[in-house]
Amino acid sequence: MSTIVVDHLSKIYPVAVKEAGFKGTLTHFFKRTYRQVKAVQDVSFQIESGEVVGFLGANGAGKTTALKMLTGLIHPTSGRVEVAGHIPFQRRSTFLSKVTLVMGQKQQLIWDLPALDSFKINGAVYGISDRALNHRVGELSEMLSLQGKLTQPVRKLSLGERMKAELLAALLHEPNVLFLDEPTLGLDVNAQVAVREFLREYNQRYGATVLLTSHYMADITALCKRVLMIHQGQLIYDGSLDRLVDRFSPCREVKVEFARPYSAHELSVYGDLQDVEKQSARFLVQQEGLTGAIAKILADLQVVDLTVSDPPIEEVIGQLFQAGTVAG
Amino acid sequence: MGRYFKILRIFWSTAIAAELEYRINFAIAAFTSLGGLAGSLFGLFLFYQTGSSFPGWRWEEALIVVGIFTLLEGFSSTFLAPNLNRIVRHVQEGTLDFVLLKPISSQFWLSAHTVSPWGVPDIFFGTATIVYAGIKLGIDPVAYIVSIVPLVFGLAILYSLWFMLGATSIWFVKIYNVTEVLRGLLEAGRFPMAAYPTAYRFFFTFVVPVAFLTTTPAETLLGRSGIAGTIAAGLLAIALLFVAHWFWRFALRFYTSASS
Repeated sequence: MSTIVVDHLSKIYPVAVKEAGFKGTLTHFFKRTYRQVKAVQDVSFQIESGEVVGFLGANGAGKTTALKMLTGLIHPTSGRVEVAGHIPFQRRSTFLSKVTLVMGQKQQLIWDLPALDSFKINGAVYGISDRALNHRVGELSEMLSLQGKLTQPVRKLSLGERMKAELLAALLHEPNVLFLDEPTLGLDVNAQVAVREFLREYNQRYGATVLLTSHYMADITALCKRVLMIHQGQLIYDGSLDRLVDRFSPCREVKVEFARPYSAHELSVYGDLQDVEKQSARFLVQQEGLTGAIAKILADLQVVDLTVSDPPIEEVIGQLFQAGTVAG
Repeated sequence: MGRYFKILRIFWSTAIAAELEYRINFAIAAFTSLGGLAGSLFGLFLFYQTGSSFPGWRWEEALIVVGIFTLLEGFSSTFLAPNLNRIVRHVQEGTLDFVLLKPISSQFWLSAHTVSPWGVPDIFFGTATIVYAGIKLGIDPVAYIVSIVPLVFGLAILYSLWFMLGATSIWFVKIYNVTEVLRGLLEAGRFPMAAYPTAYRFFFTFVVPVAFLTTTPAETLLGRSGIAGTIAAGLLAIALLFVAHWFWRFALRFYTSASS
């Protein structure tokens, strides 16, 4: 059974347009012009129960808007959404008790009080008994290694600890569907790994369905077998992460070390030059022209070392976003 | 219902715990409250001192209006202001998302999530003023209880208007100014309606119903108004509560949520 069904979903909203400068401000104040922004256009997909799916897209591609329609925060312009057997925007309490939304940039914990106080509020709101609440907090704080931190005021926690506490608050009611919007934003590498590990364990232990957006590709590669890619409001890819890279990255990365420094200008004829540093350079070269390009580099330049590899996934994705023409 | 009472208890005990992290605030609030009351008493005193009076209101009777006004201010800064002024911030910062995702009424959450003890001095001094004037006038103790009814209606009217103004932030995002205008208009409740020219009285009764907030409860306390004023206040209160509830649900359809 699909836990999430999205069928021809669209969201269009007006955004006020303002010219720069004081004159623009005056015009904006008295007479507003609006532009219709198609944040999400005709998107369809299904997610099975227990799946962890990555939701990729550049800033402003429509990921957050889509997540907000899936959680029932905003009303779709057209199309159908069904999550855990409910229409989200009706915002029934049976639906709300099954889902959760974690937003990396927003916090729900009360700043001046220990996280435990905020948990008590959530416990009461979700109708969790005191005993079940204590049990759940104990279990999750162990998984998140947060023991001893929950009695300090939230403002005294580090960013990583605060994010973990936010996760705990969002998961108290044992939701089966998790929507995570940039859950590792701004965290250092260790904290990112900890959050990632927690999410993996949580998914395995409770069989929860997870839809995750992140700008850190490491989050996606570690957690998601399947990814959805959205570009300018349209779904341009739905499938496995591996296939995405194979199919849409016809480029290989060529790293070269030289015996003497070359200028960027001299090197630019050999391929798509990514960076030059003293006596080394990095190119992206089309798969089909690879042998030719390498032969030419070896013949023309004083090469000490040369390696060929797959480019980092961030760059593949980055290029896809720029091109935005990938057919699913 | 029982669940909502439990939630309310936790909301409020948490809110008080958070506020009491800052103790000095309480002393300042008490001082401000006393200052505000002294100001309006002094104004009223100067006015009556010269032999003038509001038609039909003796010094002690006008004092009762000031007392009720202070009491209402206390209630609004304890229960209404900390919640309703926060709606704007929730919309602006996008934390309204968290409220909307909870399986309880979002109107309840936004209206009752917090209390602030800083209105308590106002409630205390307001009550003291009413009791002082009441003793001077020899008011029957039963009248105090009866006058609670229009006072509650007055609070419900104030709540509904304020909540609806807060809800407009869904469209306008920053509307601090609007709630300030409301607060400014409510200042008119400091004195009996008889103090104002007829046109103003009409405005304060039918447009911004300030009359129902202080003058009607005072008249009930003084035993001079019939049941009619209270019934009118009650009908208005119930109607406005319904409108506020409907308006909130209507507004949510336009919520686009702050982008992240």
